[in-house]
Formats: sequence, structure tokens, C-alpha cells
Amino acid sequence: MASNEVLRADTSARVSWMNDPKIRGIVFQIIVVAILAAAVYWIWGNTVDNLRRANISSGFGFLNRRSGFDVSQSLIDYTSDSSFRQALIVGLLNTVLVAVCGIITATIIGFLVGIGRLSGNWLIAKICMVYVELFRNIPPLLVIFFWYLGVLSVLPGPRDSISLPFSSYLNNRGFFLPKAIWGDGAWLITAALLIGIVAAFLVGRWAYRRRMQTGQPFPTLGVSLGCIIGLPLLVSLALGVPLTFEFPQKGTFNLSGGFQVKPEFLSLYLALSFYTASFIAEIVRAGILGVSRGQSEAAHALGLRARPTLRLVIVPQAMRIIIPPLTSQYLNLTKNSSLAVFVGYPDLVQIGQTTMNQTGQAIEVVAIWMVIYLGLSISTSAFMNWFNAKMALVER
Amino acid sequence: MQQADLSYVRTEMLAPQPAPNRERGFGAWLRANLFASPIDTVLTLLGLFLVVWFVPNFLRWAFIDAVWSGPDRSVCATIPQGGIQPEGWSGACWAFVNAKFAQFMYGRYTFSERWRVDLTAIMFVLLMVPLLMPRAPYKGLNALLFFVVFPIVAFFLLVGGYFGLRYVPTSEWGGLLVTMVLSFVGIAISLPLGIILALGRRSKMPAIKLVCVIFIEVVRGVPLVTVLFMASVMLPLFMPAGVTFDRFLRALVGVSLFASAYMAEVVRGGLQAIPKGQYEGAESLGLSYWQKMILIVLPQALKLVIPGIVNTFIGLFKDTSLVYIIGMFDLLGIVRQNFTDAAWASAQTPMSGLVFAGAVFWIFCFGMSRYSIWMERRLDTGHRR
Repeated sequence: MASNEVLRADTSARVSWMNDPKIRGIVFQIIVVAILAAAVYWIWGNTVDNLRRANISSGFGFLNRRSGFDVSQSLIDYTSDSSFRQALIVGLLNTVLVAVCGIITATIIGFLVGIGRLSGNWLIAKICMVYVELFRNIPPLLVIFFWYLGVLSVLPGPRDSISLPFSSYLNNRGFFLPKAIWGDGAWLITAALLIGIVAAFLVGRWAYRRRMQTGQPFPTLGVSLGCIIGLPLLVSLALGVPLTFEFPQKGTFNLSGGFQVKPEFLSLYLALSFYTASFIAEIVRAGILGVSRGQSEAAHALGLRARPTLRLVIVPQAMRIIIPPLTSQYLNLTKNSSLAVFVGYPDLVQIGQTTMNQTGQAIEVVAIWMVIYLGLSISTSAFMNWFNAKMALVER
Repeated sequence: MQQADLSYVRTEMLAPQPAPNRERGFGAWLRANLFASPIDTVLTLLGLFLVVWFVPNFLRWAFIDAVWSGPDRSVCATIPQGGIQPEGWSGACWAFVNAKFAQFMYGRYTFSERWRVDLTAIMFVLLMVPLLMPRAPYKGLNALLFFVVFPIVAFFLLVGGYFGLRYVPTSEWGGLLVTMVLSFVGIAISLPLGIILALGRRSKMPAIKLVCVIFIEVVRGVPLVTVLFMASVMLPLFMPAGVTFDRFLRALVGVSLFASAYMAEVVRGGLQAIPKGQYEGAESLGLSYWQKMILIVLPQALKLVIPGIVNTFIGLFKDTSLVYIIGMFDLLGIVRQNFTDAAWASAQTPMSGLVFAGAVFWIFCFGMSRYSIWMERRLDTGHRR
């Protein structure tokens, strides 16, 4: 009797096709795709209707038209006669500028604070903890407003600027620095810098291969720094230092000359750095704590001192834990740079918004935003994945 | 044996000697924790300098020199600025916060109807506190009331227009009310939607998987500001002519969709961490897909990712401040808007308002993160080594 039942269970013909998971899956997918297609069709129809009624011609032709608005900060030549395309490029460059500056500063502060939280020094550990808990739990926008409205806009006016070392000034119109002006032959210095970087890279590779073969160490760091810094320095000395500074001059109403860092940029940059640094600090702390104690004990047992233990055993392993979440923090910082729109820093979103208001091309502008931000995200994560693969444990 | 006769072996233990003076008490603690090495000493001095410079200055600004009440900006401005304070005075202008407090809480919600917001808030607290306390009884009933009955009641109470309550349009809402409503609805939508998206991403059906992957990756790849712009500019374009969308609803859609994509990735992390044996075990018991997920996999997976879920909640709570861009005034937005009020504009107003808003945000976010740490410890069923 029992064997009969087993036999019956084997013959799948008894199972109705309605209960076959494969068929059910296909039917379910067809239903979902059909609903989505219907929704897209409906939305498409409505959008075309609405655009026709509002007399907006869709398409990217507007990019070539004259923009007619000014931009307060631009890395490339831009006037109000330039096209919308150029305006958006200016915005993209400004986004990249603030993101790169922010990432560098946030990484430095984040690593310092993260290591500080693990310090044996009670006071330093507590200060770092307060920093992390404070900045992690308030909105980034509030930090931006704090710098922009709370600190920078209540600084004294240009007439009573605060003087800082190196002839720089701070007032409510921004941060004024001496501007470097390169004389003749400056391109030689740039060339020397490039040659130095390439040389440092080659030396590093050669030293690594030699150490793998012979076990002899080589002072790679010193030699590389010598190549990167020393070579351009030598060239510039040989050329008689073709560098002059233009110092900001105090006038009656404003500072003239020099290099001005606008308060919009400064507040966004400071806020993004400080805010993201608190997250990076936690990542660094978790990474260092994630290396098991046995690793450092084993290194001590092998006779390594504290510094080589840190450099050769702890840090490489901690970096493997740190890098993936660090990537997503970098991406978050880049995306948070869109908060520029709240203080009027002309980034991609702010210029896109102005474009949207002037032309009414909402769909196109949103599409441009999406493509650019997705592109930035994907390229950052691709770079970090490559870096991660390079750092990952080689398992045999 | 023999050894019992050996007279030079002590039979009783010596009383332990106290540690040397160097190793005892406050001095030793100082030496170990603050002045262990020359570098440590320098760091300590630097830290001490920072604390001594910052803390008294901040306390003086926030409490001692602060102005607590007053009719207008003159109490918060120095004499050259047209106020009554001596020149060089610098203190917090809590009078500004005091005068605008009702606005910071309710926005421009009709004055005579504000009891409805208060009632909603009381109901919220009364239902949430027992839900958060593990020992409180009737969890099922409590959750039902909180997640099903409360939103319906709150909707009718806050919006009105029925049962003799006056209709209050959402354009009059503002302040902490908007922040709380956006966060609550965002959390209540993003958690289930995120779970469904995560399950979809792990699904074996290619079409479902593709749809979920595209949605999650696109939303996670762009900033919230652009999602909000999209919700505010493009949603009306997508609708047939004549259908208008409430601005508040647009913000809700934007924030919820954004948070659900992040939630999906957090939940996916939990699903991936569950060993394959659990899935196979559930299948071998003959459970259907949904039984397997709801009874076996999700309870374990969600428990694993509680910190991630709460972090997403905290992120959502902080992100509600961005709805300012589409013309909604949440807590931060309304504080920011009040800086332009000529009756209160002074050099100290922005800083005071921002410190107040920051303190409110901080208390909520810090509370959430502490609760999650506590809950995580409680739910830890001892799989740790």
C-alpha cells in the first residue's frame, strides 16, 4: 500500500498545471510586465497630452539655445551668452569640484577621528565620540545652514575682514587667498611633476618585485616622495622660481585681487566634509576592530615591532573591511552635494533647476540629472571595485 | 606526605599587598589614560585646550548671556545694531525660538484647530511607547491599533473635512508636524515596500528581478533632491488633465520611494546572510514560497539587519528636511523661513534657530539609534562566539 502511494506521488501528471511553479511563475511575470507596460503607456499618453497643452516641445534642442543667466562660480569660461549645454557643464564641473574636495577632507578627518576613538587617551577618545554622535544625528542640510547662515554670513564685512596668516582674509563674502601666478616655463614644472609621478610608480613596482624575489626592503616611500616633490622643485629652482603671488588688497568696500573662495562653496564643502567624516570615522573604527586580536599577537610573536605590525599586518587587513562601505560614503557625499541648491552654489542641480524654470523642459533636465548622477555613481563604484579587488585577500 | 613536616614551607597565604602608589588611584589613572607617552601628553593638552576653549564659550553663549524672552529683535541686537544689548555682546536669542515655538511645531495650521494635532501626538505617544516596551502586554492588538487604526484616525483628525471637523489643507501644515508625518508614513510604506523589492531582487523570475534591480539601482544612484524634483514636477505631468496632486502627497511619494530602495538593499543583506539550509529546510517541510518567507526566513533576516533598518529610518528622518526644496516647510524649513522675518532678524537669530532645530533632530535620531542598539542586544539569541 505504501509503495502504491509513493508511485502515485511520482507521476506528476496528477498535478494540475495551475499548481506547477514554473507555469505559475511565467503567468505571474506576464501579468506584472503587462501591468507595467499599461502604466507606462498611460503615463506616456498623459505626458504627451499635457506637454502639447502647455506648448512645450520635447527634445534636447534647447541645449543649444542661449542661456541668458549668470553663474557665480565657474571653472571654465562662461557668460550669459553661452548655451544651456555649457551652463550644465559648468554645473557638473562644480559638483565634481566640491565632491572631490569634500571626499579628500572627509577622508582625512574621518580617519583621524576613527583612530582617535580607539586611542588609549581617554580625553581624545571622548572628544572623538562626541564629534561622531553629534554629526551623525543631525541632517546634513542643517550643517550646511549652520556654516552658511550661522557662521559665514555673520562674519564682519570686507572693511573689517579678519586677517589670517599668509595674507589671507576672511569676511562675509568668502575666504580670500593669495593667487599664484605662474611665469614663463611653468609648463616645465608640470612636466617634471608628471615625470616624477611616473618615475615613482616605476620605482614602486621595481621595489615590490625585488622584495618578492630577494626579500630586501627598499625605502619606496622616501624615493617616491623625492621623485614627486623633489623633481618639480629642482626644475623650478633651475628656472629661477617663475612664481609670483597676487595678494588680496583691502579696498574701501571690498577686497580686490587674490583668489576668492565663495561662502556658498565654503559652507557646502565644510558641511559635507564634517558630516561625512563622522560616518567614515565609524567605518574606520569598525574596520580596525574587525581585525582579530590573534593577528597582532601573531605578528608580535614573529618578532615584529609595533610599527611594522600596524603597517604590514593590521592596516592591510583593516583596509579590506573599510573600503566597500567607504565607497558608499563617497557616493553619498557626491549625492549630498546636490544640497548646494539650498545655498545657491551653482552645482548641477541648481543650474538644472534654473534651466527648468527658464525653458520648462522638466523631463529632459531630470533625465540629464539621472544620467549624470548614475554615471558618477557607477564610475565611482567601478573604480572602487577595481581597488577592492586589488586589495582583496589572495586566496590559494 | 613528608612535606607536611617541612617547617620552612608556609601553610597560610600572605595577605596581598596593596598595589604600589604609582599604580593606584587617580594619579595612576591619569598616567595610564592621559599621559602615557610624550605624544599622548601633547594630544591631551591639545584636547584640553579645545575643551577649555569651546565648552565655557558655548555655555556662556547658550545659557549665561542668552536672552530668554522678549517682544522683538531689539532684545537680541547690540546698541549699534539698533537693540538694547551692550556692544560686543554675543548670546543665544532663545526669545526668537520662544516667540516662534508654536509655528515651529504646527506651521500655519489653523490656530483654533491645533488641539487636533495635539490629540494625534498624544495618541501617537500612547500607542508607540507600549509597542516599544518588550514587557508590555497585548502586542498584537497594540500593533494593529498603531499601524492600522491610528493612521486612519490621524488622517481624519489632521486633514478634517468630515464629522464636523474643519478642513485644514496640507499647505497650512508645517514644522515638526510635517517632519513627523512624513517620517511616519515614509517608514510605514518603505519597510513593506523595501521587503517586497528585496524579495523581488532575489527572485528566480527574471522579469521580476530585472524590474526590482532597475528600480533599486536607479533610485539609489540619484540624490533625494532630484527624486523630490521629479515627484513635484513630473507627477503632475504624468496624470490626466485636471487631476491635481497635493504637494504634500508628492513629497510623501518621493520620500517613501527613495527610502524603500535603501530599505530593499538592507533587507537583501539580511536575506543573503540566512544559511541555505533554512530555505531548504522550509521547502522540505512543504511550505509555499510565502509561508517559507514569512514564517522562516524573514523573521531571522529582519532580526539580523535591525541596525541597518534603523539607520535607514534615521536617514529618512533626516532627509525629510529636504522637502523644503519643493515648498513644504518641515521643522528645519520653517526655522529657516523665519530668519527672514524682519521683526526678529539679528546676527544671533540664525545660530539660535539652527541650534534649536539641531537639538530636536538630534534627540530623535540619537534616541532611535540607542533604542536599536538596546533591541539588538535583547534579540541576540546567543549565536555569537
